Amino acid sequence: MYNKVILIKDTDLKRQDKTRDFYTHLLDYLRENNLHSEILLVRVADIGVYDKGLVLKMLPDRNTYINVQDTDIKRIVDSILQGKIIEELVFRPKVKQHRIVLRNCGNIDPENIDEYIFSGGYAGLKKVLGELGQQKLIEEIKISGIRGRGGAGYPTWMKWNFAREVESDQKFVICNADEGDPGAYMDRSVLESDPHSVIEGLIIAAFAIGASKGYFYIRAEYPLAVERINKAIKQAYAYGLLGNNILGSSFNLDLEIRLGAGAFVCGEETALISSIEGKRGYPHPRPPYPSVKGLWGKPTVINNVETLANIPAIISKGGKWFAQIGTQTSKGTKVFAVTGKVKNSGLVEIAMGATLREIVMDICGGTLSGKPVKAVQTGGPSGGVIPESLLDTPVDYENLQKLGSIMGSGGMIVMDEDDCMVDIPKFYLGFCVEESCGKCSPCRIGGFQMLGYLKRISEGQGKPEDLAQMRRLSVAMQKASLCGLGQTASNPVVSTLKYFEPEYNEHILNKRCPAGKCSHLVTYSIVGDKCKRCGLCVINCPPKAISGDKEKGFSIAPEKCVKCGRCVDVCKFKAISKD
Amino acid sequence: MAKNISLKIDGKPCNCEASLTVLEACQKNGINIPTLCYLKDINKEAACSICLVEIKGAKNLARSCVTSVKEGMEIATNTPRVRNARKLNMELLLAGHPKDCLCCDRNQSCELRKLAFDMGISQVRFPKTIKTELPLDTTSVSLVRDPNKCILCGRCVSVCSGIQSVKAIDFSGRGKSSKVTTFFDSGLANSVCVNCGQCLLVCPTGAITEQGATDGVWQELADPKKFVVVEVAPAVRAAIGEEFGMPAGTLATAKMTQALRKLGFAKVFDTQFSADLTIMEEGYELIGRIKNKGKLPLITSCSPGWIKFAEHFFPGILGHVSSCKSPQQMFGAIAKTYYAEKYNLDPRNIVVVSIMPCTAKKFEAKRPEMKSAFAYWKDKLSLKESESFYDVDYVLTTREASRLIKEAGIDFINLAGEDFDAPLGVSTGAAVIFGATGGVMEAALRTAYEVLTGKNLEKVDFMELRGLTGIKVAEVDIDGLKVKVAVANSLSNARVLLDEVKAGRSPYVFIEIMTCPGGCIGGAGQPIPTDEAVRLKRIEAIYREDKNKALRKSHENPAVQALYKEFLIKPLGEKSHHLLHTHYTERKEVK
Repeated sequence: MYNKVILIKDTDLKRQDKTRDFYTHLLDYLRENNLHSEILLVRVADIGVYDKGLVLKMLPDRNTYINVQDTDIKRIVDSILQGKIIEELVFRPKVKQHRIVLRNCGNIDPENIDEYIFSGGYAGLKKVLGELGQQKLIEEIKISGIRGRGGAGYPTWMKWNFAREVESDQKFVICNADEGDPGAYMDRSVLESDPHSVIEGLIIAAFAIGASKGYFYIRAEYPLAVERINKAIKQAYAYGLLGNNILGSSFNLDLEIRLGAGAFVCGEETALISSIEGKRGYPHPRPPYPSVKGLWGKPTVINNVETLANIPAIISKGGKWFAQIGTQTSKGTKVFAVTGKVKNSGLVEIAMGATLREIVMDICGGTLSGKPVKAVQTGGPSGGVIPESLLDTPVDYENLQKLGSIMGSGGMIVMDEDDCMVDIPKFYLGFCVEESCGKCSPCRIGGFQMLGYLKRISEGQGKPEDLAQMRRLSVAMQKASLCGLGQTASNPVVSTLKYFEPEYNEHILNKRCPAGKCSHLVTYSIVGDKCKRCGLCVINCPPKAISGDKEKGFSIAPEKCVKCGRCVDVCKFKAISKD
Repeated sequence: MAKNISLKIDGKPCNCEASLTVLEACQKNGINIPTLCYLKDINKEAACSICLVEIKGAKNLARSCVTSVKEGMEIATNTPRVRNARKLNMELLLAGHPKDCLCCDRNQSCELRKLAFDMGISQVRFPKTIKTELPLDTTSVSLVRDPNKCILCGRCVSVCSGIQSVKAIDFSGRGKSSKVTTFFDSGLANSVCVNCGQCLLVCPTGAITEQGATDGVWQELADPKKFVVVEVAPAVRAAIGEEFGMPAGTLATAKMTQALRKLGFAKVFDTQFSADLTIMEEGYELIGRIKNKGKLPLITSCSPGWIKFAEHFFPGILGHVSSCKSPQQMFGAIAKTYYAEKYNLDPRNIVVVSIMPCTAKKFEAKRPEMKSAFAYWKDKLSLKESESFYDVDYVLTTREASRLIKEAGIDFINLAGEDFDAPLGVSTGAAVIFGATGGVMEAALRTAYEVLTGKNLEKVDFMELRGLTGIKVAEVDIDGLKVKVAVANSLSNARVLLDEVKAGRSPYVFIEIMTCPGGCIGGAGQPIPTDEAVRLKRIEAIYREDKNKALRKSHENPAVQALYKEFLIKPLGEKSHHLLHTHYTERKEVK
């Protein structure tokens, strides 16, 4: 039986990987000292730290040592055995992640309710049912200042309070797990690795408003999440945490799972309700808000996965504790799924108020290519593009909105100079146009028309007056669409128009794509003096657009070239230019 | 007394009830906000984004049709911001709409066209949205749907599912591919559509129209070998004037008759004749069932939309439905048998054209069992199966008939007026009221009372059965026998009564069901617009016509009496059985 585990990873990409050598040396040392059956060595693919030489992570103490040398082996092993820490080796990140939502992720077995309970789970529920009661519970949530993590940032306590105050024979709670933003998987991660925290949050929410029936609305594309939630619900029933007389109280709650069939718009709460009712996932005008008239016309509270996962922690540690974390208006932490051109992509949970630069540069290690960051897109397809110059903005609901983006559910995509600011909004808008439910005309037709302008611009067919027309359209979409999808679908376009208008003009006036992304506007050619005439590009060109011979050199026939970029990828001498 | 609140509309302080929407509050204060998808009591889906207004303090523009008024609310209905947003949305809708208005069926009654004009749309600044034309749904014999003209307002879907509870159509697809369609895109004919056409009536554009039959009628009229007769339903005369600019509620019976004669019809007959005949047959059927303790309640069978509805959704209670054919079909069968014999005409050369307020009648006429005149003649004239003919050959809507008249250049408004031809044009007041909800019931009671009691009915007006209420019930005292009756108009109301029948706890003896709101005067073949106010005026005209008739009870109709004497012998007799009665087919909800 191993007592200790050491994770090993060489994080210096600029030299040959030393992980294997160090692993051998350390293992030899352990064998010599007969410790190899006590300490387990694991070579991992990623350790979450970058450019810090050899990095070791000690479990279960979770200390991280950086820039480790072979000469450190003895003192490291000694310190482990003595339970000490070698201060000069310890990694002290500039920005520390703060795990509330992800507190149990990776640390407990998600399929085992006992492990959740052992780590403090369901204590919050016990406290709520035992001492707090409805009124004080909502008071506590109010003190915590938590706002909905689904994107809009509506104060959770107000939502609950509205639903609580409405007289009704039946009320519902719904966990919105229809996470659909491209590149976002925060909710999925929580559902899969800590399902009970969400269930506990949902039970507490149900108690707060007096609901007797709850639903998990999970997208069908998350089979593991569905499986784990299913299992967790069964376990909770077996432990008396669901069903009748929960924990001996008079409170009853039944939970059920409903699967989303893949429509993005069903993440919008009124559409989600229609979907659960078995109808087409169409959004409905609000008011009446679901907390007054929701599922089957009854008061319904819909909370996002991340919001609910926060609730047990707030109850256990108190609203005041939670309110200390974060900024004036946005309390607590936020999980982001950072993807795109960063070295270290993955989930990041930071206290609100950390800057975008800290997230992108310090936590995620900057760009993989080493090229400067051009912009960061937050909030998925409903969000905006924030240019590099504004990366020092502290992240909270208001700040992101001021910049023309939104917090959204927590998608964050980092872009470098190779990303085109016409292409990016084209992708996002294309997504929203595809996912528009088609009910209201500003979104259905407006989005389609706007996409048409973007396509024409990226193909070199843009006209100078198009930008004004797009701005006009975006106002109509924002102000006159029925639901959040349509109201925010134009955000990527509006924000790129705001911060990157010259790039649009370059496309329209000079028919050039500075990032070399828009294939219609890019010409590939071979740079004569760089070309070593190896002929590799000739072999690899799918449409056989490259001709010539090793004597005279090669050239690309533009009429045959399909601009796939294959030649650029295979050329070892950077002899192919894109312009 | 509803609570009153005070608010400001366009800077002007005013009061209104707290239960109103912004749209209603503005209307009450003399401001007409343009609307497109909104339809009072039917569609409140907030889809079109035309009725936008600015509300002080709100981030976005509000849809006035679904926004409730609040105390102290400040509404601006005519600011540049509002006008620009409305216009832009209208332009977006028009970018996706074909602009072949000149040859569109709804040219004169298109709400989209009118709205675009009223809103001052002088150009569409966006490229055309639709690139490939979608195929038309022409499967139905009653209705044609053109998805290219559809603006996805959702009115048709709402009326089909809400008012009619049929749910034959709904939205499918997402985003730009959204469309209104039937289950699995299989076409109206293969759906539970009952052909009532209420969707057509509420459609603001030309996306739903009737299957036209005017070309065929012109052809027959031009054929000298053919003896083309026309029958006109009661509700048509109370509405056709609207097509020529006359106010709703105008009775145009005589002008219509003359116009039809001018078109070249050999005889201008009246469906009211066969309506009286229906009362005789259905009345005796009711009396028989009461006396012989047969299946009760008996349910009327004149409305073909309701018949298909029953076949789809209530196949178990078809035994309750009267076996009588509708007046349209009775007319065709009698014209091609009795009338043909009497005037020595070859039934193969008789063409029966019917003018109906209805689109479902087109379907009814083409039901395979509606060839009883052919069956009557088959052996007598040794006809081959390939020579078979329908009892009714062409069904025109009120709108189509008016188009014939317009096409022929007849100055309808200034016609002096003429009478129907005898004998199939003779009718009583009881037949007129078939056109309004409750009318068939009232007509049946007038006859049933006198037949059952042998006494003269003094008070022929059954006021409790009149009006637009969805379900009307009454208890009629027939000489000590208390008869409970119910009348439903629109199929969602019918469903309420039918669920009771299905459960075996219906307290009624006789039920009248009309498919369309208001009865036939609100049918889908009628002039557009057909809204509540128009319906009421047409109903009022129908009862006026009834009052003007010398005879007001079906059994007093001399032509009907002659028909029994010369041909049918007696109600429910052998000939009646073959010519005037029918059977129904169980249909599945999903084909």
